[in-house]
Amino acid sequence: MSAALSAAALAADLTSSLPAVGALPRAVDSAGDPSTAEAVLFWVLAPVMVLASLGLLFARKAVHAALSVILVMICLAFMYVTQGAVFLGVVQVVVYTGAIMMLFLFVLMLVGVSTADSLVETIRGQRWIGWVAGLGLLVVLAGVIGTAAYPEPTGLGSANEASNPVGIAHLIFGRYVFAMEVVGALLVTAALGALVYTHRRRLTPRLGQRERAEARVRDGQHLAPLPAPGVYAKHNAMDVPALDPYGQPIESSVPRVLRVRGQEADAAEYAARIDRVLAGKAAVDRGTSASDEQGTTAPPHAEPQSAPIGEPRIADAVAGVDAGAPDSEEGK
Amino acid sequence: MTLTHYLVLSGILFSIGAAAVLLRRNAIIAFMGVELMLNATNLCLVTFSRMHGELTGQVLAFFVMVVAAAEVVVGLAIIVAIFRTRRSASIDDVNLLKS
Repeated sequence: MSAALSAAALAADLTSSLPAVGALPRAVDSAGDPSTAEAVLFWVLAPVMVLASLGLLFARKAVHAALSVILVMICLAFMYVTQGAVFLGVVQVVVYTGAIMMLFLFVLMLVGVSTADSLVETIRGQRWIGWVAGLGLLVVLAGVIGTAAYPEPTGLGSANEASNPVGIAHLIFGRYVFAMEVVGALLVTAALGALVYTHRRRLTPRLGQRERAEARVRDGQHLAPLPAPGVYAKHNAMDVPALDPYGQPIESSVPRVLRVRGQEADAAEYAARIDRVLAGKAAVDRGTSASDEQGTTAPPHAEPQSAPIGEPRIADAVAGVDAGAPDSEEGK
Repeated sequence: MTLTHYLVLSGILFSIGAAAVLLRRNAIIAFMGVELMLNATNLCLVTFSRMHGELTGQVLAFFVMVVAAAEVVVGLAIIVAIFRTRRSASIDDVNLLKS
C-alpha cells in the first residue's frame, strides 16, 4: 500500500511539473455553481441524451438501440469532465463505450442482427403495466429530487488540488484498497464464469476430412468437384448454369447462394442465343440487340462466316432429340 | 441552472432505462436498459460528489463501472448460451420452468 501511495505521490510530482496536465481540472469548471458555459453544454447535451435514450425504447432494431446508448454514454463522458471528474470521463469512454458497448455489438452480430422484437404479449397487459411503472418511477424520482434539501455546492476545487486522478488514486489505494481487491477478484470470477457459460462440450465425434470422404463414397454421392457455371462461347457468368452433354442445364453448377436467392439465369435463353449464332443469324442478332449483350466478342469458331457450315448441333442437343448427341458431334 | 438539473436528467435516464427493461422483449435491449440505469446512477454520484466536494462519490462510480463490466460479461454469456440452445434472443422464449 505504501508503494501505491508513493507511486501516487510520484504522479502528483509529475502533474505539478507538467503545467498542462495540472491545469486541466482547473481549466474546466469545478466550482460549486455551474458557469454559463457549463449551462450551455448541459442544455445542448441533455436533450440529445434524452432523445437517444428514448431510442432504446422505440428502436425496431437492436443495433440502432445499441448505437443510441453509445451516444448517451459519450455525452455522459462530456458531463463527467465538465463536472470535474476527468478520470471518470476517460474511463467512461474507454470502458463503457469502448469495451462494454462493443461487447454488446459483438453479441448482436453473433445472435443475429435481424432478430426483431416479438409483439405477442405472453403476460396480459404487460405493455400498459410497464408504461405505468416507468412513468410512476419517473414521478417518484422527480418528487424525491424536488423535495430533497441540498447543501450549498462546495465544488471539487480543493479535492482536485493535485489533479483529479491523483485524488481518486489516493482514495482507491488508500481507504478503499480492500474493495479494490475484492473487485479484482470479482472480475476474475466473471471472466471464468463467462468461459464456463459459453463452453460447449462435444457430443458427437469430430468429423474430419477422411470421415466426410468415406461417408460421401458410401452414400454414392457426387464425388468429383461440381461443374463450373456459365461455360458458353458468348456468355460467361456465375449465374448461368452449364449445359451437360445432352444439352440440359446442370442446376448444381450455379453457386448455391445464387440459387437460394433466386438470381439464377435462364439456361434456355442463352442456349437459344448460341443456336442463333450457330445457325448464322449472329450478324442480324448483333445489329438488333447489341445493347443487351455484354461481351459479344465470340471465339473464332462461333463467327458468322464459319457458322453456316456447321449444322445446328446444340439445337438438337437442347431439344433432346438425339440422345447420342456428343457421339454424333464427335463423328462430325 | 443549478446542480439539480443534473439530478433531474439522471432521474429521466434512469426511468427510461427501467421502462426499457420492463417493455422490451429482446434480451439484449433489456440488458442495455440495465446499463442505462447504471449510467444514470453514475451521473447522480458524480453530481453529488461535486456538491459535497468529496471524491468518494467518484470512487463509488468507478466501482459501479467495474461491477457493470463484470455483469455485462456474465449476462451476455448467458444470452449467448440461451441463444445456442433455443435459437432465440427473446425473453419470452425462456419458459421451460413454466408449469
